[in-house]
Amino acid sequence: MNIDTLLDNTGAWMSSGDDEQIVITSRIRLARNLKNSAFPGWGGVEECARIWSSLRPRLAGLPSIQPEIDVGMDELEELDKQILLERHLISREQVEKGRGSGLILSADELVSVMVNEEDHLRIQVLQSGLNLATAWEKIDQLDSEIESQTEYAFSDALGYLTSCPTNVGTGMRASVMMHLPGLVLMEEMNPIIKGLGKIGLTVRGLWGEGTEAIGNFFQVSNQMTLGEREADIVYNIEQIAREIVEHEKNARARLVEKKELFLKDHIGRAYGILTHAHLLTTKEALDLLSDLRLGVDLGILKSVGRQTVDELLMTAQPGHLQKLEGKALKPKDRDRVRAKRVRERLSRGDSKPKRQSRTHE
Amino acid sequence: MNCELCQAHEATVHLTQVIDGSIKKLHLCEACAQKNGFDMQGPISITDILLGMGGKREEAAAPTSERSCPRCHMRRSDFKKSGRFGCSACYEAFAEDLPSLLRAMHRNDRHIGKVPAIAARRVQFIKELSDLQQALDQAIAEEKYEKAAKIRDRITACRASMEQG
Repeated sequence: MNIDTLLDNTGAWMSSGDDEQIVITSRIRLARNLKNSAFPGWGGVEECARIWSSLRPRLAGLPSIQPEIDVGMDELEELDKQILLERHLISREQVEKGRGSGLILSADELVSVMVNEEDHLRIQVLQSGLNLATAWEKIDQLDSEIESQTEYAFSDALGYLTSCPTNVGTGMRASVMMHLPGLVLMEEMNPIIKGLGKIGLTVRGLWGEGTEAIGNFFQVSNQMTLGEREADIVYNIEQIAREIVEHEKNARARLVEKKELFLKDHIGRAYGILTHAHLLTTKEALDLLSDLRLGVDLGILKSVGRQTVDELLMTAQPGHLQKLEGKALKPKDRDRVRAKRVRERLSRGDSKPKRQSRTHE
Repeated sequence: MNCELCQAHEATVHLTQVIDGSIKKLHLCEACAQKNGFDMQGPISITDILLGMGGKREEAAAPTSERSCPRCHMRRSDFKKSGRFGCSACYEAFAEDLPSLLRAMHRNDRHIGKVPAIAARRVQFIKELSDLQQALDQAIAEEKYEKAAKIRDRITACRASMEQG
């Protein structure tokens, strides 16, 4: 088990996508529970520990996972948990857990199972770009493999029984992470969020429930899990995501056409601050890097590549930053170190980052 | 607008609930709202509203006869507080509360998605058994005892393989 190996790339959720890079990733998670055990939040730590020790070897042995990491939450340092959170591999709720909860993760970070979070099993499959259909195919198969060894809590009428009734039925949340700076700049995002709410979809920020849309990243996902087939949910969200992509492209085209000066100024200022600031908070860094990303996508900014921007979007986050520094830092120090790293990285241009930062102390 | 309960003070608390598909609105003054168990400071949970509100009143009135899950012993008030069930058997224990909750949260109140292989086999077995039972009844009614004996053997075999999973 080595969380450090994850740092060698920008993470599956940011590695590649369509040409426009508007859709970053497609993600599906399934909530599943064991038939005869109390749900994690009610059963107590001892019951959870028993379940984790029985599930751990079985999940780790599954061919579709081929785990790189198989670890109990009590075996992880706080910083490592933070890294996993920032890479969308565990939830905030799982970060708070200790003994009795754990994570099984494939080497490519595309497949993961959280054990004893809100439900006994939270299975996740990630795909880059807009590809929910493939994610569903993979997770359906993995789910069936797990089910062949473990009897799930299931009712013919209500489907998969989950700790929270908001997830009962399919237990599925399918979500698409999108980068929508054009719609935000054209002030067209709010009506879209409202409209999606009316058709049963939720829009959330970068880090899920209750988080704001830092860096113009939005996650669109289904809210309802009962009374709809998985394939229909997946199809619907893919269609909607395609429409949003069209809206975003349209907004970008209008920005270039009608507000070119404003757009260039906006992106130029972002570049100016990022290359000269000495203190950067996470939010400021991510918001400005988002502007840079738009500049790269539109061909306005030529001195930086998208890979560099995406890499910085990942490493500017507090957990990654501290891990790369090799030590825990106070928020004020983090802002200083973040600004320094961003300055240096942007002045170095598009070459691969040097690894000298990860000295072994 | 005046409070719907006391009619004396201005209504400053406006609640909208969807119960069994119809929208119900309630306009109260702050005093009446508090009297009825609305905690103005604390967040109002959706389960609180959907399970009939007035958490405080209810806890005081009937703490002993409260329903609970026979398997995990979660009480209805525990569920109201956390919004999460204790185990899969809670879905049966609190079945009365479910329809309004599920209708507010979901598209429909019946699962039509994936079915685990074990459950799918069970459904198939149950259907097969009921078909066989019908055929058996008919055979007996028609006094075709040889046929009835064969059907009975098939029922026995079907039950055995069902138990084996």
